Amino acid sequence: MSGWQMLFYKEVLRFWKVGFQTVAAPVITAILYMLIFGHVLEDSEKVYGQVSYTAFLLPGLVMMSVLQNAFANSSSSLIQSKIMGNLVFLLLTPLSHRAWFFSYVGSSVVRGLAVGAGVIVATWWYAQPSLVAPLWIVLFAVLGAALLGSLGVIAGLWAEKFDQMAAFQNFIIMPMTFLSGVFYSIHSLPGFWQRVSHLNPFFYMIDGFRYGFFGVSDVSPWLSLSIVATALALVSAVALYLLRTGYKIRH
Amino acid sequence: MPAVAFQNVSKTYRSARGELQALKGVSFDIEAGEFFGLLGPNGAGKTTLISILAGLARPTGGHVQVQGHDVQTDYAAARRALGVVPQELVFDPFFNVREALRFQSGYFGIRHNDDWIDELLAGLGLADKAGANMRQLSGGMKRRVLVAQALVHKPPVIVLDEPTAGVDVELRQTLWQFISQLNKQRGCTVLLTTHYLEEAEALCGRIAMLKQGQVVALEKTSDLLSRASSNVLRFKTDQTLPADLAALARVTGRVVQLPAHNAREVEQWLARAREAGVVAEDVEIRKADLEDVFIEVMDRAAGGAVAQGARS
Repeated sequence: MSGWQMLFYKEVLRFWKVGFQTVAAPVITAILYMLIFGHVLEDSEKVYGQVSYTAFLLPGLVMMSVLQNAFANSSSSLIQSKIMGNLVFLLLTPLSHRAWFFSYVGSSVVRGLAVGAGVIVATWWYAQPSLVAPLWIVLFAVLGAALLGSLGVIAGLWAEKFDQMAAFQNFIIMPMTFLSGVFYSIHSLPGFWQRVSHLNPFFYMIDGFRYGFFGVSDVSPWLSLSIVATALALVSAVALYLLRTGYKIRH
Repeated sequence: MPAVAFQNVSKTYRSARGELQALKGVSFDIEAGEFFGLLGPNGAGKTTLISILAGLARPTGGHVQVQGHDVQTDYAAARRALGVVPQELVFDPFFNVREALRFQSGYFGIRHNDDWIDELLAGLGLADKAGANMRQLSGGMKRRVLVAQALVHKPPVIVLDEPTAGVDVELRQTLWQFISQLNKQRGCTVLLTTHYLEEAEALCGRIAMLKQGQVVALEKTSDLLSRASSNVLRFKTDQTLPADLAALARVTGRVVQLPAHNAREVEQWLARAREAGVVAEDVEIRKADLEDVFIEVMDRAAGGAVAQGARS
């Protein structure tokens, strides 16, 4: 077994040991959104002319949970280890920056997918979404989780205290996910805000993911795929660079 | 090939408050199989030097090699050869002792390491704590786990950064017994920093002393001790020493220790004490120990006379 596999395993075990907080809690949160928004807005106009609001909402909530938890995983693991000081155990090993990256991002993808699957299963009785193109669903879930896991690595390396981490999460990640079309189709927005939404990479993750359920989306899934893949490549490159140079972890 | 080679290592920390030169061109080798002591006052640069050796910090200039592997360009091989016990008492609260040791083995690519892990646990008196969560352990027990974590990949070079700071007698005994055994039987090289000079005197064959980022002494422990320029007059008293004696003396509670180069000085100090009404009990004259040498070396490095007053 090579070193990165052990680190990957440890990172998965780390969130699994506190599964109520890291998996069950976000599933419950998503169910609450589903109940409240589904109840209030169920009678609103059908989206894309054919999809009920509740059915439309579900994939958005699933993807939002996937993304937020993937980010939370790598970022909180890194900042906790930095503040507790136990990151030194990793710093003393021969693990390469790639090994760090694959372990932290890989475990974030696992947590994101676990929460996403949990939300789908838990809301199955409420709204059975169609699964028109399951491969697109899996593809966007994995790429989106990897992108947010990489962002979490960057945030975890950058932040020196929990307050800075909370700022990153609440001022960047949260607004970008909430304003990405989780709760609405961006076609319902005025022209200016539609254009702004097109600048948000989170929009493409959620739109592409939704395409897998309905076979309909705001933009072509191929466009979404290329944008998400490009964003992932860029963010990964930054994360790998920071890990290689020991940004804020090796003096 | 030396086990560890420091070549003109310098380190400058830059911050908003300005520059701090922690190391100013440190060079020395540690030979394979040596038990080597690195001593110096707080802020002398010991931990910085060890951080650079372990890859936790990067040198501003110079090179460090472990068994011929550069710690920067060939870091994987260098770190495989190195087992570092960090100074801070850190732990991962999510896991128990055995898990922590298995993970650490795994990071080095070692699978099925339980035989050696059991040996480590037994040797460090942790056998009954293998299943305990790290959070439940006392400070001393956590320290033992740190040592076990550093040794889990059987490194040929062991680095202990103040491993006995705030540690009870029993653990100190266990630790030194275990480390000495690794040094003698397995031929492991040991690099130790400590503030307990009697430990260094008892364990280390050779010693380097650092002061303000520079090596001020580098010798065999026995040579260092025999080089001491004076003996020590030691006595106990309840009274306060006169100022002139106090400036020369090392005082620990009731115990007063004064450097004395010859019998004449001994008589002089005792006469001065009597004049001042100081009653000296348990009077003895002993050979200088490492602590005396340490103080002497540090004073000399600071320019003798200036530091005389600072001694009290």
